[in-house]
Amino acid sequence: MRRAVIAFTAFLGGLVFLLASPAWADGEALKGTLQNQGQPVNGVKISVVTEDGQPVKEVTTGADGKWEVPVPKAGKYKVTLDQKTLPKGVALKFANRATLDVQVYEESQRNVLFALVPAGASGAPTPSSSSESSFWDRVAQLTFEGFNLGLIIALAAMGLSLVFGTTGLTNFAHGELLTLGAMSAYFFNVVVGIPLIWAAVAAVVVGGAFGWLQDAFFWNKLRRRGSSLIAMMIISIGLALLMRYIFLFVFGGESSAYLDYNAQPGIQVGPISAAPKNFIAMGIELVVLVIVGLALLRTRVGKAARAVADNPALAASSGINVEQVIRIIWTVGGAVAALAGVMLGLAQNVNYQMGFQILLLVFAGVTLGGLGTAFGALVGSIVVGLFIQLSTLVVPTELKTVGALMVLILVMLFRPQGILGRRERIG
Amino acid sequence: MDWYAIFVTTVKASIGLETVVYALAAIGVNVQFGYAGLLNFGQAAFLGVAAYGMAVTVATFHLPFWLGIAIGLVATVILAFLLGIPTLRLRADYLAIVTIAAAEIVRLIFRSVKFSSVFGGSDGRQNFSGDFFAMNPYAPGTYGIGPISFNERVSWVLTVGWVLVALSCALVYLLMKSPWGRVLKAIREDEDAVRSLGKNVFSYKMQALVLGGVIGCLGGFVFALGQASVQPDLFSTEFTFYAYTIVILGGAARVFSPVVGAAIFWVLLVFVGNTLSEAVGAGVIPASIMTVNQVGAVRFMLVGLGLMLLLIFRPQGIFGDKREIALDAR
Repeated sequence: MRRAVIAFTAFLGGLVFLLASPAWADGEALKGTLQNQGQPVNGVKISVVTEDGQPVKEVTTGADGKWEVPVPKAGKYKVTLDQKTLPKGVALKFANRATLDVQVYEESQRNVLFALVPAGASGAPTPSSSSESSFWDRVAQLTFEGFNLGLIIALAAMGLSLVFGTTGLTNFAHGELLTLGAMSAYFFNVVVGIPLIWAAVAAVVVGGAFGWLQDAFFWNKLRRRGSSLIAMMIISIGLALLMRYIFLFVFGGESSAYLDYNAQPGIQVGPISAAPKNFIAMGIELVVLVIVGLALLRTRVGKAARAVADNPALAASSGINVEQVIRIIWTVGGAVAALAGVMLGLAQNVNYQMGFQILLLVFAGVTLGGLGTAFGALVGSIVVGLFIQLSTLVVPTELKTVGALMVLILVMLFRPQGILGRRERIG
Repeated sequence: MDWYAIFVTTVKASIGLETVVYALAAIGVNVQFGYAGLLNFGQAAFLGVAAYGMAVTVATFHLPFWLGIAIGLVATVILAFLLGIPTLRLRADYLAIVTIAAAEIVRLIFRSVKFSSVFGGSDGRQNFSGDFFAMNPYAPGTYGIGPISFNERVSWVLTVGWVLVALSCALVYLLMKSPWGRVLKAIREDEDAVRSLGKNVFSYKMQALVLGGVIGCLGGFVFALGQASVQPDLFSTEFTFYAYTIVILGGAARVFSPVVGAAIFWVLLVFVGNTLSEAVGAGVIPASIMTVNQVGAVRFMLVGLGLMLLLIFRPQGIFGDKREIALDAR
């Protein structure tokens, strides 16, 4: 006990020391961390000048990618990143945003973010001479990225939409199935140390098993008790909170990347430049979606699933084992959601909130396509993905989600049954 | 383990700022969900719009405080109409998805760099509560019984907050005894029956949404003034989910249950948080199991677990009546 107290005091002391070590910690400062796909980037020159051009200081990022410039007083400052000092294979995401205007408030240390991406092998993408062709290049690039995001949303939406169709449950805990997939893959890849591809396979197995368990020991029991749909929806919110904070407890609050495929140099295909992993991920996503789609159309289980989604009572009276079909849907839905989570983790790092953050986009895709329809969810998700990325042509990147959510509300206003939905479902 | 400190902070939490704010938000949710059966998952946006309406008017445009309050109220009513018109004719779960999406839209716009000259980005807005504290009748000093006491600023905020809670409860009590309240409850039970009696169901639902939003927005004002600042991330979707937990804990469709629910919710949250922090600090719980940073996560795991268990085993909460909960609305 005493030793524990001493250790804790030492820990606290260390903490205080760490927090207090910069002598000017009380004053205003600009700071930031340069990261390329989760890896710190060091040796980059960053200079700060005041609003009227007086130089304040020039610093170089340390081994941990961190930099910090104390400033004399609150006010506006220009922060410039020297692009020539970036290491090979790393470039600014937006080459025109090497200089940022930031406001420093009194007594606050302002974080400044420079978004970095792996550059093409030939160096940073060169802006074309004619502005028109560069506009269409951007459209092509954004369309590609939109498909990439749309396919991830579609994978997640499949399960959500089928569960809704068969049981009527609006599952707010579906996003956490994605996080579970991403975190399982992280566990197998980083902690256990097996290659990401096999870690992804293991994560999909974990996701499927968790889907099965969830239905077998939880939702199935609730349906038998006759819990109403609204009650189950709020229960799913409780489950989502519980799972999200378990992830926070186990994983911590930071975002981390997988070990493999981190700093892949981009390749140029026509107007599109992207890391090879994106092409492969999209290929896998497409193949899985086609397999699930074919299974729904051609196999006995798939036909049964669609029959249950259409009318559970009629399906049961024509000899389909409804509970078994629902169990299969939960299992497959969990597995596919886990795959979506792995892909999302590959695209934007693993974080305990990732599933919840994309859940609203999944809802947008599902409602756009028509709640309860499998193929509607697919179409709607891809539309949402494309819309989000292409909307950055006109709105700032930070507001791209806002556009997609606005569309969700507009769909409600004009075509609440969605693209492929049927009118009677919306009652 | 310092049980005395734990006891003092826990008792303070039962009447503290968070309890007032969440009680007001939950009274609003109770009107919408408990009495009218509307699943508004965007209550955080109502509080946020009101708080920002006031803060931006005063801090950004340097206009009078009372005009700020008026703008906050108007903004809340407009938001209710914007949300209600597309969704109130649709099924309950559509309203849920749309309102949660709207709450995220509002939060993302508040924290965007693009509009930071108005809303202050992720730092939010400060320096707008001067006029409010200038009205403070309490002389400097502490007020309370023994260790359970607050300084004059907090006392003033809490006085105003609890008066608003009392007024809101009285309003809800009177309204729900009136014919208007009976129509509202009838809509929750069977919308078609009410429509066949010639009532304009859409209009009643809209009134309930606006009323619940306005009561909630009072919580937004109290929150902003009590902290003397607004930040976008205070109004995240989890705020709404906690308000629902409070309503269900107290028992939906009861006048006082949101207030009692809020007090119990915060007492439990603060008690568990402090006890765990003390236990970790004193080494009762070894660092290999839990560190101080993880205590917050454990608290909210328990919220999620509690919400699930309540709905499974006691959906009517502490005071509710099982026949009177809107959980079958579809």
